[in-house]
Amino acid sequence: MSLADLTIVEAGVRLRSGEASSVDLLNAVIERASFTEAQLHCYLTIDHEGARRAAETADREMAAGTDRGLLHGIPLALKDNFCTRGLATTCSSQILAGYVPPYDATVVSRLRSGGVVIVGKTNLDEFAMGSSTENSAFGPTRNPWDPERVPGGSSGGSAAAVAVGSALGGFGSDTGGSIRQPASLCGVVGFKPTYGLVSRYGLVAFASSLDQIGPLARTVEDALTLFEAVAGHDPLDATSFPGEVPEMRAGFEAGPRGIRVGVVKQLSGDGYEQPVAAAMSQMLDRLTNDGAEIVEVSLPTFDLALSCYYLIAPAEASANLARFDGVRYGLRVEGETVEEMMARTRAEGFGPEVIRRILLGTYSLSAGYYDAFYGQANRLRTKLIQELDDIHRRVDVLISPTSPTVAFELGARTQDPLAMYLSDVCTIPADLAGTPAISVPVGLDERGLPIGLQVMAPPLGEPIMFRMARAVEERAGFGARPSMAGTPS
Amino acid sequence: MSTWEPVIGIEVHVELRTISKMFCGCPVSFGGEPNTAICPTCLGLPGALPVTNGTAIEWLARIGLALHCRIAPSSVFHRKNYFYADLPKNYQISQFDLPVCTDGWLEVTVDGEEIRVGIERAHMEEDTGKSLHQGLGGRIHSATSTLLDFNRSGVPLVEIVSRPDLRSAAQARAYAQDLRAVVAELGVSDARMEEGSIRFDANVSVRPTGQEEFGTKVEIKNMNSFRSLERAIASEIERQIAVLETGGVLTQETRHWDEEAGATQGMRSKEGSSDYRYFTDPDLTPMVMAPATIDRLKADLPELPADRRGRYSHLGLESHLVNVLSSSESGLRRVFDDAVALGADPVMAANWITGEVTAALRRTETATDDMLFTGPDLTGLLKMVSEGAVSSSAAKEVLTGVMAGEGTPAAVAQARDLIQVSDEGQINAAVDEVLGANPDAIVRFRGGEEKVIGFLVGQVMKATGGKADPKLVNSLLRQALS
Repeated sequence: MSLADLTIVEAGVRLRSGEASSVDLLNAVIERASFTEAQLHCYLTIDHEGARRAAETADREMAAGTDRGLLHGIPLALKDNFCTRGLATTCSSQILAGYVPPYDATVVSRLRSGGVVIVGKTNLDEFAMGSSTENSAFGPTRNPWDPERVPGGSSGGSAAAVAVGSALGGFGSDTGGSIRQPASLCGVVGFKPTYGLVSRYGLVAFASSLDQIGPLARTVEDALTLFEAVAGHDPLDATSFPGEVPEMRAGFEAGPRGIRVGVVKQLSGDGYEQPVAAAMSQMLDRLTNDGAEIVEVSLPTFDLALSCYYLIAPAEASANLARFDGVRYGLRVEGETVEEMMARTRAEGFGPEVIRRILLGTYSLSAGYYDAFYGQANRLRTKLIQELDDIHRRVDVLISPTSPTVAFELGARTQDPLAMYLSDVCTIPADLAGTPAISVPVGLDERGLPIGLQVMAPPLGEPIMFRMARAVEERAGFGARPSMAGTPS
Repeated sequence: MSTWEPVIGIEVHVELRTISKMFCGCPVSFGGEPNTAICPTCLGLPGALPVTNGTAIEWLARIGLALHCRIAPSSVFHRKNYFYADLPKNYQISQFDLPVCTDGWLEVTVDGEEIRVGIERAHMEEDTGKSLHQGLGGRIHSATSTLLDFNRSGVPLVEIVSRPDLRSAAQARAYAQDLRAVVAELGVSDARMEEGSIRFDANVSVRPTGQEEFGTKVEIKNMNSFRSLERAIASEIERQIAVLETGGVLTQETRHWDEEAGATQGMRSKEGSSDYRYFTDPDLTPMVMAPATIDRLKADLPELPADRRGRYSHLGLESHLVNVLSSSESGLRRVFDDAVALGADPVMAANWITGEVTAALRRTETATDDMLFTGPDLTGLLKMVSEGAVSSSAAKEVLTGVMAGEGTPAAVAQARDLIQVSDEGQINAAVDEVLGANPDAIVRFRGGEEKVIGFLVGQVMKATGGKADPKLVNSLLRQALS
């Protein structure tokens, strides 16, 4: 087995026992990338030089007895919407092609000070808008389980890289499901924390009230480890949670006994591919057998959540993306006047999905429409939060499929935005409510495509969420890896 | 007699001089090298986020309290969306329907008449960068290129919107001046019009006298002094009346004051009306102002110009002097207040402060803060004048000496040899000497030639080395001649 297939926890053990060095780990993932990248295109940038320097530094430090923690020397992949000082950050957009930020996102600086080796920047749907990583100006990422299929999105690059072993773990951002849905489609764990637990400073904003950074990993424990390294208050983000990050390890292995598991009526039954629905009911049976209590609950506004999301997120995006105007950085397409330059730059720099959402958002904020659209969506959001609050008085966690389907074929939904938007139907409520949610791989369908289940918890409910996610992981016993990962070197 | 009544409202933008900018740690500085006080946040770089400057919010509340506003216990920031090259995010963080301050007023005295001008709101926002248009006229549509300086980007900016309570250009000017004085008094802004740290826009309309309904409103911009504010409004009122009286129709628009032409000019109109698509800024949390904080800010308010004017009137100063002194810089007023507290005559002290002292500062190009002339100095100087120890012209020289750091008035008068001879015996000796030497003058004076006295005074002054008190010389001469 290649070092590239180790979990972060396992790699950490080997680093500390001296069986492997950080440079060895880096070499293993780079080698993996060298024969998977041509087909998968997980990365937009591989920082060969920077990663090597970081790995050598980690080895030197560890040899000298300096241990920066559980991620010291671990090679990770970062979604290309995290600002990285000196390393191109494009958001998969022509408008930022070649843009090199002068500063690190808070998450990036925390990882660097934790001794992480940043392998490179991964592909995404342009500005994180999409569910397949096909909306990348630099070409799609493909699913390691079946390269004819999408890895999901928007954090498809990070999810595929972690699945195939071109990184031991990674980070993405989740606005409507952009961590959990690709995790599900790629057979890895993907976690979106409680809004505010991870700083957004330096994450190129899509929809500020929804965006949240989170990890992608091969195991729940790895995801927890990655999360711990970046969570916690940041004075540079006014929406950052000011309190302590909840302690999550104590009950991590305590199992499902006594946990009240809610199954949302609207998040089960019809609308799910048969193997997905089957995996879900099988898991619920196992959990029941092991002492969990299953409670059916109702989330009446669920059916409106998708519409709500597609009013709020584009509205915020329309303002957040206004800064890309050709004046100070990124692409500039000259014009006769400043206005013309801005208009041309934006028309040429943004892809069609981004333009669609900017128009949607601009429209829903316009005078005379605001109340019917954006205003109404916010009222609905408040109602959804209240409903979830009520549900969480009765249950500890909620379980649902992460995605109604397994990975779909490239191009299958590109001509039908609504079909694409429906990919996020299960994940959107947690974003709107700012609650923690994690996707755990539980099996493969008959075509060998991964299925993921989602565990949701109330705000700051990470401890119980991780405990249940670990219970699900343990019961699923999902150890499969895409065959590409096993390709001998 | 006028058949048209102007209706004017004023919008004021005040840059706060907090240590750091509104939403980032960059320094608030004026006149630095372009693009040296910038960071990812105030440059609108991808991923950068704003964090509210709490001091700026407190200072806004101070302004609001000074203007008798209600202070919202909780208020929120909105994004105001519009594209402009010097607005780095292409939205301005501002306030919309939940401003920090609402419903206040400012009392203004114009031509002896006191009017109360309503304050609709005062809210917090961030300033933009500066566009420096190169070539041809310096206006954006004639510029060949534009340079951008983002040092000002993100500087805390307070917008104060009056109600349309003003009825003449003179009232508008008085309101603007008084509002500036309030802001300056609070110490929250440099409030310098010429540097743009306080900026006034006016909304002007006219309506037939007696009509309730407002006329079509025109916003005028680009007034760089109180004088140009008053001229611009007066000119705009005239223009509007002329249009209406010739059967024309006014359009709601923004016009630019052209100082040289002495008229407002229509700006290139933006297509359609602007829709700023305001929505709550999701990067920021509501600003909460605890009642205790509001109480503390209220208790910390300094004496405000209107209160000060009342106090000065009670000291017996006539209204012109009250106004000039009230609008003097605080350093000058402190000297005045200290001197009066030490027993100086208020009228004399006020005349000196608004006259000689102000003139001397201007002549020597000294900032009030750097002035080496204190309340005790003024008291001492006035005492010397009233006791006749120095002549009024010598007193000016004493002032110059004190301001040059030569010491107290007494010390300066000594050192510069300006002490006046008031000793009658000494002067009478000189009088006798002069009269003895000029018998013909005595004859002419006694023959009714009054002006001879001037010559004689001059001779006595000369004999005393210019140090005699001329008034005393005059009276002693007349005694000797009678």
